[in-house]
Amino acid sequence: MASAAEIAEKAERDDIRNRWLLTTPAIAIIFLAGIGPLLVVVLYSFLTPGPYGDVKWEFSTGAWVGVFLQRDIFEGTLGIADAHLSIFLRSVWLSFATTILTLIFGFPTAYFIATRSEKTQALWLFLITIPFWTNLLIRTFAVQEVIRNEGLLNSFLVWSGIVSAPVQILYTDWAIALGMIYVYLPLMVLPLYASMEKLDFRLVEAGYDLYATRFKVLTRIVIPLVKPGVIAGSILVFIPSLGAYVTPRVLGGGKQMMLGNLIELQFGAGRNWPLGAALALTLTVIVTVALLFYVRYVAAPERRNG
Amino acid sequence: MPERPDRNAIEVRGVSKIFGTGESQVAALDDVSVSIRENEFFTLLGPSGCGKTTLLRLIAGFDFPTNGQILLHGDDIALLPPYKRPVNTVFQSYALFPHMTVAGNIAFGLEMLGKPKAEIEARVAAMLKLVKMEALRDRRTSQISGGQQQRVALARALAPQPKVLLLDEPLSALDYKLRKEMQIELKRLQHETGITFIFVTHDQEEALTMSDRIAVMSAGKILQVGSPRDIYDRPAERFVADFIGESNFLDAAIVSSASGRATVRLASGAELAATLPEGFQPKDRVTVVVRPEQARLVREGGAVTGILENVVYFGTDTHFHVRPDTGGEFIVRQQNSRSGDAGFARGDRIGVAIGEDAAQVLKD
Repeated sequence: MASAAEIAEKAERDDIRNRWLLTTPAIAIIFLAGIGPLLVVVLYSFLTPGPYGDVKWEFSTGAWVGVFLQRDIFEGTLGIADAHLSIFLRSVWLSFATTILTLIFGFPTAYFIATRSEKTQALWLFLITIPFWTNLLIRTFAVQEVIRNEGLLNSFLVWSGIVSAPVQILYTDWAIALGMIYVYLPLMVLPLYASMEKLDFRLVEAGYDLYATRFKVLTRIVIPLVKPGVIAGSILVFIPSLGAYVTPRVLGGGKQMMLGNLIELQFGAGRNWPLGAALALTLTVIVTVALLFYVRYVAAPERRNG
Repeated sequence: MPERPDRNAIEVRGVSKIFGTGESQVAALDDVSVSIRENEFFTLLGPSGCGKTTLLRLIAGFDFPTNGQILLHGDDIALLPPYKRPVNTVFQSYALFPHMTVAGNIAFGLEMLGKPKAEIEARVAAMLKLVKMEALRDRRTSQISGGQQQRVALARALAPQPKVLLLDEPLSALDYKLRKEMQIELKRLQHETGITFIFVTHDQEEALTMSDRIAVMSAGKILQVGSPRDIYDRPAERFVADFIGESNFLDAAIVSSASGRATVRLASGAELAATLPEGFQPKDRVTVVVRPEQARLVREGGAVTGILENVVYFGTDTHFHVRPDTGGEFIVRQQNSRSGDAGFARGDRIGVAIGEDAAQVLKD
């Protein structure tokens, strides 16, 4: 006969074992599909490019130097890689703009949905998710169709006499921004909605009651309370924007590249896998730094003592 | 604060509120008029759905009346947004801002009014003292108990020195003992601040103990306005008598009447003296109300006779459930004494004596 203490101890041991057994698949996937490939990328970034792509197994820091510096072909001197730098800046700037604009458009949208009746809310959410049903590439080409020089928008502008010649929108940063806002808007609206749906609207009434105008209620009560949604939405939009590939490729043409396109270029036509790997890691670092900054300064809890 | 008890703080004139459209229209308030005096503890009392909270929300400005006027010191405020009314609310759920500290909550209204920082500081400190919460000023509102949240909600609403304070069932979430404490606390606050309180409750005991005057509401109408004594002792309608306190209702016919008094004949044939409101004629069939504590059990005689069906002991008093010979039920409440019980037992054949001034004729 086992004593009560022994039984309890065995139960605890079983419990711990079961927990490990149950979490092992998830941990295995994280290692195999997440951390493993990342380590391969790190490894490749320190190797020498092979002549036809691939890598030669020789240690080299050349790729990392190439991320930031470039050798002048004629004089052989090293200079800042301004082409890379401008692509970095464009990526960060466009992603930032996309995040801010989706926030500006998404906030009222989410507020509108959250203040509908329960049944109508479901309908609106359904409508918001409809774009996800179609392939991203197709949707991006559809945007191209709208904004190209002979497209819907320009035809209308010329026909109505607002402009005399088509406005060049396609293959500009504006086109990329428009495309990304369109693609990522639902990713902003959904977490915002999730936060607002939990918002106690009696607090809004309490704000009005205490002499807060609509604007003050928004800035002092609603925004602080839906901050988790704002943060989640911003992260969900900013990170994929930074690594966007399809949108800048289709709407920015070959000229207006973003980081994703630059990386792809190294693995494709550029045949410089180590440089591609180093660029990819640079992107990871930018994302991490941006996130840390965001969490530290923007998402920090409001400290108020009145 | 000018004390002019004769002046009306709030005057509600012919206010109706209709929710919904078309066939699903519901009149939450139906042509309600009432005057609330300055410096008064005024209670809106009624069952849920009677329109009392709607009336409060109209005064606060969260909803706007379909018809009628709401005057604050003579100015019509019915269509002003809530942030333009010198009226504050203590919400049933307290609605404290969870992202602010206790002090931050109390300061909020003052900040929105654009008061100077020093004044806000001083006022917040005074409010914290008033509700005895100084020690918890920097706590988050999620870190304090329900009773403490209640105090913060009060302090927050009182801080901007509103002309009128609205309280929407603020005690309903508290347990019995805390509720009793807060009832006394609220009376003290009202006395100390001199602010007109409009208090909404469905708890008749709360209304009776706290109010200067009570408006009893039912189905979107105000049935009676009066002091707790008036409402309890001189209910105008059967609903009022039934809703407030326990009541025994007896069918009767008026035999004779003179200057507010009447003699009525009960179904049992016994005759009884009763208070008579205006608008009744001799021979009218009426209902007479008798409060359980105004009646007395007797061995012989009595206006009502019957069998003692049940005896329920309540500590301070005992309730005797009598089944009258003419049907229905009649409850008599008698105070207990330590020396022994009244000596009545279940199944006894007894009478109920009703005193000279115990019965009141009601409008149905």
